[in-house]
Amino acid sequence: MADTREVISSGNHLAALAGADAGCRFMAGYPITPSSEVIEQMSDLLPKRGGSCIQMEDEIAAVAAAIGAGMAGHRTMTATSGPGISLKAENLGLAQMCEVPLVVVNVMRGGPSTGLPTRVSQGDVRQAKNPSHGDYRSITLCAGNLAECYTETVRAFNLADRFMQPVFVLLDETIGHMHGKAIIPTPEAVAAGVVPRKQFSGAPEDYHPYECESDQPAVLNKMFEGYRYHFTGLHHDKNGFPTEEIETCRKLIQRLEDKVMLHTDELELNEEFMLDDMTGEEGEVLIIAYGSVSLSAKEAIRHLRAAGIKAGLFRPLTLWPSPEKSIKKYTDLIKNVLCVELNIRQYTEEVERVSSRLDIEGLFKVNGRPISPYEIVSKVKEVF
Amino acid sequence: MAFNYDQYLRLEKMPTLWCWGCGDGVILKAFIRAIEKMGVKQDDVCVVSGIGCSGRFSSYVDFNTVHTTHGRTVAFATGIKMMHPDKIVVCVAGDGDALAIGGNHTIHGARRNIDMTLIIINNFIYGLTNSQTSPTTPQGMWTVTQKVGNIDPTFDACALGIASGASFVARETMLDPKKLEKIFVKAMEHRGFSFLDILSNCHINLGRKNKMVSAMDNLNWIDSITMPVKKYNELPEEEKLNILPTGILKEDTKVREYCDMYQDIIDAHQGKRSNITQDDFEKKI
Repeated sequence: MADTREVISSGNHLAALAGADAGCRFMAGYPITPSSEVIEQMSDLLPKRGGSCIQMEDEIAAVAAAIGAGMAGHRTMTATSGPGISLKAENLGLAQMCEVPLVVVNVMRGGPSTGLPTRVSQGDVRQAKNPSHGDYRSITLCAGNLAECYTETVRAFNLADRFMQPVFVLLDETIGHMHGKAIIPTPEAVAAGVVPRKQFSGAPEDYHPYECESDQPAVLNKMFEGYRYHFTGLHHDKNGFPTEEIETCRKLIQRLEDKVMLHTDELELNEEFMLDDMTGEEGEVLIIAYGSVSLSAKEAIRHLRAAGIKAGLFRPLTLWPSPEKSIKKYTDLIKNVLCVELNIRQYTEEVERVSSRLDIEGLFKVNGRPISPYEIVSKVKEVF
Repeated sequence: MAFNYDQYLRLEKMPTLWCWGCGDGVILKAFIRAIEKMGVKQDDVCVVSGIGCSGRFSSYVDFNTVHTTHGRTVAFATGIKMMHPDKIVVCVAGDGDALAIGGNHTIHGARRNIDMTLIIINNFIYGLTNSQTSPTTPQGMWTVTQKVGNIDPTFDACALGIASGASFVARETMLDPKKLEKIFVKAMEHRGFSFLDILSNCHINLGRKNKMVSAMDNLNWIDSITMPVKKYNELPEEEKLNILPTGILKEDTKVREYCDMYQDIIDAHQGKRSNITQDDFEKKI
């Protein structure tokens, strides 16, 4: 039996389908362009499968209800766009602190503020890194084509349960509203890959949800099953109760850092397009792009290669934490580096930090329109 | 024999951080007695609280407990309840929590008539943060943010609950724990959104600067501004202005609960019933 299927769908609908297939049984959302199709689709998919989908009174309530379902032990999601993330930020911090798994789909539009609601942007990349105050590590995935709207959302659900925290899936307006054919895994293949969150099965008196290895997430048992503990956004002890004990506070926040940063190998996923033949010789061009922009970048690379310029694409699918070693490897090897983004320097700054290079070129567009392959070709010819 | 609260308390968390003489402890004890009276298992109860003194309520009682962000109690509880329609979900919030920062969630939880009990511990002030004006602080009282006297008009919490569509609305005070216990049982047994305005004292941060230095002064004031609803209804209109009626102010057992209605959506999607139309509802607009 083939483990893939062909579908004709849109990016937003595929993100919803992925959630339903990955075992999500609760979604709460609030209408916002350009992400509304996700909840519209889920409002059909979830009740069909015995789950619930609710349109809440605002963005804050939507993420709160979704976290509530996650606290109760269920796979849960919300979807929104930049202004919605701004509103959800505080509760996302609570989910980080309480270690509640949750998938947040953000279909990016032009910002700041109300910005360009119906037009494309990648302006929320920096926001996704730290939407809420305090120290924690965001896990942020980014889909670069229709099929990945599905596969990255599935991956997000599994990572959320593995790392016990919110995971962002960044789409952008172009990809969210793109319609076309996609080859995606079958529901059976997705179900076979589901790793549910860990559960403690010993005696309730031996259960300490937040007492875990210094680089591992909390083990949160399902609610109403005899393991009564406490959730709080305050610094908390091994059973979840508020504490200000110095060492407990330090260990908790250090663990939130380490549970992600010591396991980035489980998170990293990149596409390396036409990079095999790069040798470091003069004239080679490395393009770094992600999301829908990478589609234009690939087309541009074909044109550049046809014109005798050896260009290739490095595309992270996990934006945060960034694939430091891989970025360093290619930026060490290749002299001419061009970052292409629908924002101003949001990921370029990360590439600069990781590569320790300040000669990274950038092509940035912030007028709500996609970047065409032609613009990338012109930029490469202009700067290198 | 005296009632033993130990089974329901997280004794290792005692003493509470509440001030000496605070009403929150009385309300907590009445709540525990209500749970005992109902005979429900501790595992089947979820207590969700917000931020403020009342926010600590959840950490002291041995149920499934959640201490959320400021004002969002009902929203978090909605996610929990929708996935577990057969469990008892109780929200504990302060007046600032439920009526200021979380007002929107209070309104819409009540409008949906989702089955949960919202206990608003209303002490007329932001107590934990030291005397800032709350939506229920009487006009003319001293607060730290209005030191020459509060001008902000006050909320009648129960009027808000009734107008928002809660199917059970009641007010009691911590002066009568027996009544409190009874109202908690009624509210939790009611299938729908139960909205409780529970008046409590904060002699430390409301009373001290408003001529109610002791807990007793504060309680006497609460006594003086409340009256059982039956008696209240007999008052001439002009005398009602400064009295808050207590007891059950609304009880509608006919209006359908949200999770029950959502089951219709599930059934319609699964072909077990026809689509939902206006004919399914008595109220058309």
